[in-house]
Amino acid sequence: MPRKTYVAAIQEALAEEMRRDERVFLIGEDVRIGVFPSTRGLHAEFGDRRVIDTPISELAVAGAGIGAAVTGLRPIVDLMFGTFLYLAFDQIANQAGAMRYMYGGQTKVPLVFMVQSGAGSSAGHHHSQAVHQFFMNMPQIKVILPSTPYDGKGLLKSAIRDDNPVIFLHSLSLGGKRGEVPSDEYLLPIGVADVKRSGSDVTICAVGPTVYTALEAAEKLATEGLEAEVIDLRSLSPWDKRTVLESVAKTGRFVAVDESFPTCSAASEWAATVAEEAFPDLKAPVQRVTNADVPMPFSPVLEKAVLPSAADVVAAVHRTLT
Amino acid sequence: MHHQDIALEVVLDIYTRVLRIRRFEEEVGRLFRQGQLPGFVHLYIGEEAVAAGVCAALTDDDTIISTHRGHGHVIAKGGDLNRMMAELFGKATGYCKGKGGSMHIADFDIGMLGAIGIVGGGMPIAVGAGLSAWYTDSDRVSVCFFGDGAANEGSFHESLNLASTLRLPVIFVCENNQYGEFTPALQAMNISDIADRGAGYGIPGLVADGTDALEMYRVAKAAVTRARDGGGPTLIEAKTHRRGSHAEGEEAFLGGQTYRSDEEMAAARTKDPLLLLHSYVSENDILPAAQLETLDAEITQSVAEAVDAARDSPAPEIESLFEDLWV
Repeated sequence: MPRKTYVAAIQEALAEEMRRDERVFLIGEDVRIGVFPSTRGLHAEFGDRRVIDTPISELAVAGAGIGAAVTGLRPIVDLMFGTFLYLAFDQIANQAGAMRYMYGGQTKVPLVFMVQSGAGSSAGHHHSQAVHQFFMNMPQIKVILPSTPYDGKGLLKSAIRDDNPVIFLHSLSLGGKRGEVPSDEYLLPIGVADVKRSGSDVTICAVGPTVYTALEAAEKLATEGLEAEVIDLRSLSPWDKRTVLESVAKTGRFVAVDESFPTCSAASEWAATVAEEAFPDLKAPVQRVTNADVPMPFSPVLEKAVLPSAADVVAAVHRTLT
Repeated sequence: MHHQDIALEVVLDIYTRVLRIRRFEEEVGRLFRQGQLPGFVHLYIGEEAVAAGVCAALTDDDTIISTHRGHGHVIAKGGDLNRMMAELFGKATGYCKGKGGSMHIADFDIGMLGAIGIVGGGMPIAVGAGLSAWYTDSDRVSVCFFGDGAANEGSFHESLNLASTLRLPVIFVCENNQYGEFTPALQAMNISDIADRGAGYGIPGLVADGTDALEMYRVAKAAVTRARDGGGPTLIEAKTHRRGSHAEGEEAFLGGQTYRSDEEMAAARTKDPLLLLHSYVSENDILPAAQLETLDAEITQSVAEAVDAARDSPAPEIESLFEDLWV
């Protein structure tokens, strides 16, 4: 099976879906030139009409995507960085997720907002935040944050074929990561987790880059004789509650690892759900490992210190044992 | 009013649209005062000429986007009074099954892509409808209704610039009714004509008399033709006047304060779009007086029937809360 980078897998998903369905198009700033490698080369194949460069106008571009979606097209709106979604908040929170419901099911909004999300390039607060947790709070918006090239491709293709608004977050820190990506077409279902490692002592739930943090922690725990089960949620909304609860039923311990600021983080939602629905299974209080509660700092040393580390995860697991 | 070039059947069509809006809105105002309608209600009385004139220049395939003050746009585009009224009552038979309400009525079958309760919120979506027409080589145009208040939102700037740079078939119709809520439009901007802003985007910016439905029709028709021919967007500023409240029952917010003079309101009444058009129709013998009265009676009757039907309609089932979710 060929090994490809995470961004190459995303580019492949975009190209395949654009070839398959003429209603699919890409719109955003500098998508022609492909300022991010995930969109490079698409303009050469698909031309001006289907790879549309826009002014730097996140609100209008997001809304234009919605307008195109409700009139029969399937836009992929590339807004570059997760933090730029904040500039388009009205269109996402008030319109995209609500339109179908608000208008009594008269329309559907088949639309993908695609952004890079999270830390990893030492770019400071405005280009380094993970933003997925905000959109988990919005009804009827799907949110995906894959951790591998394989998942990235399969989930992006599903997102493009989905008839609902989807926020597809690809992790800035994982862009160069390589993994096996089949040459034959495949799709992955949105909302289904992937158990990365089986274990019976503790359940560690993660998403995107924190999956690797959790796996690294699991290796260290193994040297202590502790077997951790590591779950990669892959989708944040909807999220695979059942896989998590089944795992906790087996392990009795739960640690949520998430690159969000702590309050109302994705980890908060997972932890609350486990505490609410799996309390009888728990042998210890649930634990959260998140970013430090400060804006993202610039210096690589400080940025690293803000993010969840494998040592933080190991410490959290230890807390469930005392 | 000098509109001899506009065909008589078109004049009558526009007159009918204006009258339908007026009679519907008058009844909605009454129902609200009687405490029969939940939520907020923003009436379109005094501004009917804009929606009626513009929508008469459109085909059924063309799309429109509306605002929190959106009843007139739905009616002008050909919306169903029964389904509208039922929606205002929050009933299961309403356009949105009671999930939208006054500020969120849509009828996708007639190209009415929705009223949007956020000021300026519909503007980018209208650009997207225009993008869709361009993308599919359709000759459809997209009309974006918005108010003077929206012209000060960031979405106005982004939307006009985006539509202009992509040369999309979008017609931006600014209904300058002189007030953003209770603040005079002229206090909220340092120019007298919003139309001047078109120049900043390299598109035509036209001022039109928003109390003259036939002028609105003429100006819109030219903008529609330009858009269909690939000429790109036009900004039309319709100077009009909000006859009634920002929202019905505004006295409760104002606590006895006033924000408009009696003189101003009296002057506005002399420019009533329905009376102006009625005079034109009468003076030009477009329809005999008796038939005009019959038309009015028919419309009044259809509004009354819509109210009866809405009252008799069932409330939404609680189970419907979980319908119309992800496809």
